[in-house]
Formats: sequence, C-alpha cells, structure tokens
Amino acid sequence: MTIIPSIKRDYLCKLAEQGKRIDGRRFDEYRSISIETNIISKAEGSARVKIGNTQVIAGIKMDIGEPYPDSPDQGVLTTSAELVPLASPDFEAGPPGGEAIELARVVDRGVRESEVIELDKLCITPGEEVWVIFIDIHIIDHDGNLFDASSLATLAALFTTTVPAKRFEIGEDYPLPLKEPPVSVTSVKFNKAVVVDPSLDEEDIAEARLTVATDSNGDIRAMQKGLSGSFTREEIRKVIKASIDNGIEIRRILMNAIRK
Amino acid sequence: MKNDKKLINEEGRRLDGRRFDELRPIRIEAGVLHRADGSCYLEWGGNKIIAAVYGPREAIPKHTQNPLKAIVNARYNMAAFSVEDRKRPGPDRRSVEISKVISEALENVILTEQFPRTMINVNIEVLDAEAGTRCAGLTAAGVALADAGIPMVDIPVACAAGKINGQVVLDLGKEEDNYGDADLPVAIAPRTDEILLLQMDGHLTLDEFEQAFELAHKGCLYVSELQKKALLEKYASIAEEVS
Repeated sequence: MTIIPSIKRDYLCKLAEQGKRIDGRRFDEYRSISIETNIISKAEGSARVKIGNTQVIAGIKMDIGEPYPDSPDQGVLTTSAELVPLASPDFEAGPPGGEAIELARVVDRGVRESEVIELDKLCITPGEEVWVIFIDIHIIDHDGNLFDASSLATLAALFTTTVPAKRFEIGEDYPLPLKEPPVSVTSVKFNKAVVVDPSLDEEDIAEARLTVATDSNGDIRAMQKGLSGSFTREEIRKVIKASIDNGIEIRRILMNAIRK
Repeated sequence: MKNDKKLINEEGRRLDGRRFDELRPIRIEAGVLHRADGSCYLEWGGNKIIAAVYGPREAIPKHTQNPLKAIVNARYNMAAFSVEDRKRPGPDRRSVEISKVISEALENVILTEQFPRTMINVNIEVLDAEAGTRCAGLTAAGVALADAGIPMVDIPVACAAGKINGQVVLDLGKEEDNYGDADLPVAIAPRTDEILLLQMDGHLTLDEFEQAFELAHKGCLYVSELQKKALLEKYASIAEEVS
C-alpha cells in the first residue's frame, strides 16, 4: 500500500505537470455517468449509479416509527453506508469504520440540510407516528469518488421512492414528497493540480479534497473540505466553477433518469 | 402440513404459472466488476445477487494461515434494502451459518493445496431477495471463482427442490417457501457428481426425498450449463477482441 502509490504518485504528478490525467481526462472533466432506477423490487426506491468504474447502489426502505421529541411532526431520516468487501480488496468485513460513517454522514447532511425530503409531510400522528426513511448505500465497485456516487445514487433512489402506505394500511401509496435537489461535485488536489471527479489512483495521492453542492440556479448549497492539505483562494474558485459546470450536466442526467 | 394455503391449482400450475419441475428464469453475467479478481451478477427469479472473488492473497491475520493450503472465506451478506422489512446491516446468525456452509462447499472444489498460506475471499451480496438466496449465491460464487481463474475440480452449482401441498417441486418461490412443507437446497460438482451442500427443513418421506433430490440434481445440471454459457460469453467476446 505504500510502495506502489509512491511510484504512481510520481507518474501522476509528471502527467499533471503536462496538463494530463492518467485516464486521459481534462482536469475539469467528469467521468461518464449512468443511472438506473428501480432496480430492487423489495425497496421502496432504488438506484444504481456508475461513475466510470465506480458503482454504487442506494436503496430506500420506509417504516412507521416514533418521531424525535424535538421534532414531533417530522419524519425521521437514517442514512447508512456499507463498504462491503466486494467493492475493494482494501475493504474489510465488520462494523462500519470511519470511512463508511463519514460517507454516510456527508450524504445524510446533503439530503437533510438541503431539505430535499419534505419531512414535515411525513407525519402521521404528531408526537406518535411518523414515517421513518432508511437510506442504505451499498458500495459495489470502488474506483474513486464515492461521495459523489453515493449522493447521486441516494437522490436518484429518493426520486423513485413510493411511500408504502397501503402495506401499512393507512391509505393509498404516493410518491415521496421532494424538492429540487442540489448536486454534489468533488475535486481533489495533488502536487498543485486540481482535478474534478478523482479516480481511485488520484484519490490515493490526494492532499486535499473539496465537495461543492450547487442548485439549479448555480448557487452554492453545501461545501465540505477533507484531508490535511490546503487550497489557495484561486483554487477554491476553480473548484467551485468546475462544480457548477459539471453540476448542470449531472442534474440533466439525474432528471432524465428519474423521469423514466 | 404446515397449513392449507393453496399453492398448486387444478391444472398442476404453481402460483407463478410454473409446472412442478420448472425453474424460475435465471440470468447470469460473468465479470461485472472492475476491482474484483473475478465477479458474477446473477438474477434468479426475484433474487439479484453479485459475487466477487479476491485472491489468492496472503492470509491475514497471520495466525489463520495454513502452511499446506489456502483458506476459503465466503461471506454471504444481505443488503438492508433486499427484504420486505429492512434488515439491520451486518451479519446475523443466519448469514453467518450460510457463509459457513458455502465456504465449506467452495473449499471442496478449489485446489487449495496449490496456494498455501493464502486466503481466497468470496463475497456474496444479496441485493434483492426472494427465496433460494443461498443456492443463487453459491451458483454466482462458482462463476466468480472461475472468472477469477481459480483452479477448481469443477464449477460448483446449487439448486433447491421442496414440497408444496404434498407435491414435490423444483426451486421454491417466495410464497412456496413461506407456506410450503419442505425445502431441500443442494449443491453439487456436476463433473464428479459429488454433493457439496445439503440442507433440509420441513417434512419429507424417504420416497419424497428421493424425488426431491432427483429434481434438485436435474436443476443443478441445467443451471450448470447457464454458468458455463455466461463464462463462455464473456471470454468469447474478449477472444474476438484480441484476434
């Protein structure tokens, strides 16, 4: 794990100095994205997202439960991510570690803070019964940028979710009430190069990471910096621009996929 | 009889229209993952399963190493969203047991003595579950192992038979599993005709067992052909590319 990346680091840095990336992309170019929805019959909503070779499945399950005491008229949202050993030789079986918990929490925050789900419409009896939404993210194939892939899979799954009211005998099924979603785009920096949508090779040597979520107006809705390296102000501007530009295309792909 | 739910109609058709000796539709695809050494995607009726193989690689923790052969670790895991009521993520007693019997079945066919001190990890993820996941999982694992180029006596394959409304039938569906009288999952190595996995729950007479086993065995042979076809399809297209 330490020897190969240092050789690779030299190679990637050399390429970057010539303005190139290991897979031939431009610095501000995203990998190809594909989204399939409603792939799991047992789930209330589901989606498979592929970003290049990275593959993530998100499934939504719903149940009826008690609301939190401080929000008695709001639905409850729970997000978990499983980095199953299927996806990478470096993932191990066992309870979720730091990486899985960070991933789930970043996705959760994106969904919660952007108020994509209208949780106030998921109250059944205030203080007693509300809908509980479980977002479960299953990483299937890991080739970098799990943040964007997981967020996108979660959004696509939510937009195809049907509230199973009939199964719980409290009325007819209806689509989950949702608002316009912000789209997350992640960039990383290594050796002064800033690249969007890092592949695993690039992620392995990254010094700093920045995720920017933008809405359909091109406004910024959430940001998260990760790793120990730093950005300059100019680099931050570049990252935001790449996030807005790529966000438009990703939003188009998402909307196409959920309209089907 | 556990109950009187009608699972076969007067014309001998089952709830989903199958005859007693008919399998659910099966689709197998080899080599679907980028990262894994070998992989397989399998749909069997409403079951959707991905299997991935990593290894042989150095066995860790070190004390698990066997100086004479590879250890085979299969891990059967159900996605939280794969069942009607959300399953808590992580292993439960059921999946630990299934992982164990599948590991043992796979270990039997893999030429483990060729890879001392290593481990071979077989990860089986159930994405959508609808009765018969252990057979589907083992069948997918067999294809993934072959895709990973791991030497084996044969590609293992599994199929279940059972009894519903007193009639022996092949490959129980969801309702049949819930309301049926017996379930008999069987895994074999078709070439040597050895039995690798055998479980049974319910109630069968000796005669019924013979019939059910015969059906499951036939089912295995049929599915085995689908496994080989999936592998041939993947490698035939690669062969075409390079020639």
